[in-house]
Amino acid sequence: MTVSVTVPTAMNKRTAQAANVKMSARGVKVFYGENEALHGIDLDIMEHEVVAFIGPSGCGKSTFLRCLNRMNDTIAGSRVEGQVTLDGNDIYDPSLDVVLLRAQVGIVFQKPNPFPKSIYENIAYGPRLHGLARRRAELDDIVESSLRRAGLWDEVKDRLDQPGTSLSGGQQQRLCIARTIAVSPEVILMDEPCSALDPIATGKIEQLIDELSESYTIVMVTHNMQQAARVAHKTAFFHLGDLVEVGDTDDIFTNPREQRTHDYITGRFG
Amino acid sequence: MTATNFDIADTRRRARLDTIQRSLNARHARERRFRFMGLAAVVTGLVLVAILFTSILARGLPAFWQATLYLDVYLDPGVIQVDERPVRQAGESPAQFRERELAWLNQLGLVNWNALIDEALKAHLPGEVESRQARDLRALVASGERFALRERVAANPELIGQTINVKMLASANVDVWLKGNIDRNLPDHRQQLSAQTREWADHLEAQGVIRNAFSTALFLNTDSRSSPASAGLAGAFMGSLFMMLIVIALSIPLGVASAIYLEEFAPRNRLTDLIEININNLAAVPSIIFGLLGAAIFIGYLRLPLSAPLVGGLVLTLMTLPTIIIATRAALRSIPPSIRQAALGIGASRVQTVFHHVLPLALPGILTGSILGVAQALGETAPLLLIGMNAFVANVPSSPVDQATALPVQIYLWQGNELRNFFEARTSAAIIVLLGLMLSLNATAIWLRKKFETRW
Repeated sequence: MTVSVTVPTAMNKRTAQAANVKMSARGVKVFYGENEALHGIDLDIMEHEVVAFIGPSGCGKSTFLRCLNRMNDTIAGSRVEGQVTLDGNDIYDPSLDVVLLRAQVGIVFQKPNPFPKSIYENIAYGPRLHGLARRRAELDDIVESSLRRAGLWDEVKDRLDQPGTSLSGGQQQRLCIARTIAVSPEVILMDEPCSALDPIATGKIEQLIDELSESYTIVMVTHNMQQAARVAHKTAFFHLGDLVEVGDTDDIFTNPREQRTHDYITGRFG
Repeated sequence: MTATNFDIADTRRRARLDTIQRSLNARHARERRFRFMGLAAVVTGLVLVAILFTSILARGLPAFWQATLYLDVYLDPGVIQVDERPVRQAGESPAQFRERELAWLNQLGLVNWNALIDEALKAHLPGEVESRQARDLRALVASGERFALRERVAANPELIGQTINVKMLASANVDVWLKGNIDRNLPDHRQQLSAQTREWADHLEAQGVIRNAFSTALFLNTDSRSSPASAGLAGAFMGSLFMMLIVIALSIPLGVASAIYLEEFAPRNRLTDLIEININNLAAVPSIIFGLLGAAIFIGYLRLPLSAPLVGGLVLTLMTLPTIIIATRAALRSIPPSIRQAALGIGASRVQTVFHHVLPLALPGILTGSILGVAQALGETAPLLLIGMNAFVANVPSSPVDQATALPVQIYLWQGNELRNFFEARTSAAIIVLLGLMLSLNATAIWLRKKFETRW
C-alpha cells in the first residue's frame, strides 16, 4: 500500500554503523496510581542512532522517554515495572545512583527551561556539579565547546554573563541542549524539543541533532512526522500505551507493517 | 438575489445587531457598576485608614513633647547633710566597702530633695509661698524627678554646694493642664490640680520656666505608676526586642526547614496529609490559646520564669511557625517544575536541586512571609497576658529571663490607666512607636523581596 503523504528524504542519514545496543527495554510498564500508562514495551536503541518516537497525544511516548533516565521517579505516584538497561546494566537497580545515570543519559525538555542565571552559569552548572572541571580555564573550555557544538557560540559569545532567559525561544532550546552536552552524556533524550519553536529555529535544532548523532545516541519524541522522517534513523510508533511498530524510518513511512501505523502517518487519526 | 430577499436579510441582520446592542448596553452597565463598587470599596478603605492614622497621629504626636521645668537648683549643704563619699581603703574587703557605700547611699536617700526643688521653684513664683501651700507646689513636678536629682548627686558628690541646671518633667497633671487636655472652665472640685497650682503652672509657663520639650523620658524610662509623667517605653521595647530575637532565631530556621522538607522531600501519605492539615489549622488557632499552652507547658511544666521574654518568645514562635511554614511552602510551590526538572535532568540530586535552584528563587517569598509573620508576632498581645507579661515592671530587662512587658501589652496597660487625659496621648504615642516598627519591618520585607527577585 502506498502512502499518500510525500515523505521528505532524511538528510545525511547514515545507517547505524555499529550494532552495539546502547539502551534496551524489556516489558516496561508504567503506572500512574492505578492507571497503566504503558503496557509492556520492548525496544532496543543502538549506539549513535537517532530514534524518534511518534504517536498521538497521550500514547505514552513521553512517558517511555522519561523511563530511560528515570525522570518518572520525580512524578508522585508513578511506578515502573520491567527492565531498562544502559550498556547492559539495569538502570532500575536499587543500588544504582540515579544522579550517575542522569549524567550519562541527559534530557532536553519540550519547553526551553534555562535556569534564571547567566548563559555561562547555565552551561557550567552541570560540569561543576559533577566535578568535571578543576580549574576555571577548563570550565571556560567546556562552556565554549558545548556552546559551539550546540551552534550557539557565535550568537552569545559576547554576552555570556547575561541571563539565559533573555535569549529567544530557539536560542534557549539550543542553550538547554548545550547544557546537556556539557556533562558529556552518552545518550540524549529530547522530549518534543521543537514544539515551542518556529520553523527556522526548528531547522537549526534538527541540523544540530544530525550533527550530534555522530557523538551521541539520541532519542527524541516528536509530534511532527516530517521531523521524524528528516532526522531519525529509526522511528517507533506508539499508540494507547503500546509500541505498535518500530523500524527504519524509511520503512515506517513508506511501508508500514501495521494498519494503525499506516492510518496514523496518513493522517486518518492523531 | 431579489430586492425583497435582500431587504428581509438586512432586516434580520439589523434585528440581530439590535439584540446584541441591547445586551451589550446591559453588560456595560454591569461592568460600570462593578468597577464603581470596587473603587468605592478601595476609597472607603483608604478614608478609614486615613481617619485612623490622623486620629492616632493627632493624639499621639503631642505626647512626644512634654511640659518640662528648667530650674536652677541650689544643692544646699545645709539640706544635704551627708558624710564624704566612702573611698575603698587598703585592707578592706569588697563586702565591707559595699556596706559602707550602701550606708552612704541610704543617707542620700533620707535627704529632703523636695525641699531643694521647692526652693528652686519659689525663686520663680510671685509672692511668698506659705508652708501650707507645699502640696500645691509639689504638684508641679513629676514625683520621680527628686530621685533623678539624687542619682545625679550620688554619681557626682562634688556638686553639693553648687547651683546646677536641672531639666525636670512637670507632673502629668500640669502637662494635661498646659496642653489644654482638660477643660479649663471646669469648677475647682472637678479639676485635678488646685487653683493655686494651676495659676503657678500658667505663671511658670509664661516665665519660660516650663517649656514644651521633646520627651526623652518616653524612650529612656520604664513604666511608672507613682510618677506617670516619666513613664516610658524602654522596658517594653527591650522586652519586645528580646522576644523578636527569639522568634526570629527559632521560627525562621524551624519553619523554613519544615516547609522545605514537607514540600520537597516528604512522601505523600496519610501522615504528611495529617501534618499538613494540622499546620493549616494551627495558623487559624486564636492566639490566646497559644498563651494558655505556653502557660501550661513552659511555665507550669518546664518551670520557666513568669513574665519573661524567653517564654513570650517561645509562645510567639509557636504562633508564628504555621504562618512561616505556609508562606514558605507557597513560595516553593510557585517555582515552576521545569526548573526542578532541568536540574534533575542534568544530574543534580534532589537536595542540590532544592538548594541550588528552588530555594534561591523562592527566597523573596520566604523572606516576605517570614517578616510578616514576625511583624504579626511583634503586635501580638493576647497570649502574653496569659504568661504574666502584663505585670507592672519597673526595670529594663537585661536578659530574656528577666521580667518584662512588651510594646503592645504596654499600650494595653496604658489604655487602661486611670489618669485618662494624660495616658490617652501616651497610648497613642506608644501606638505610633509600634506602628513605626511595623512599617520598618514591612519596608524591610519589600526591600528584601526587590533585592532577591530574579527576573525570568
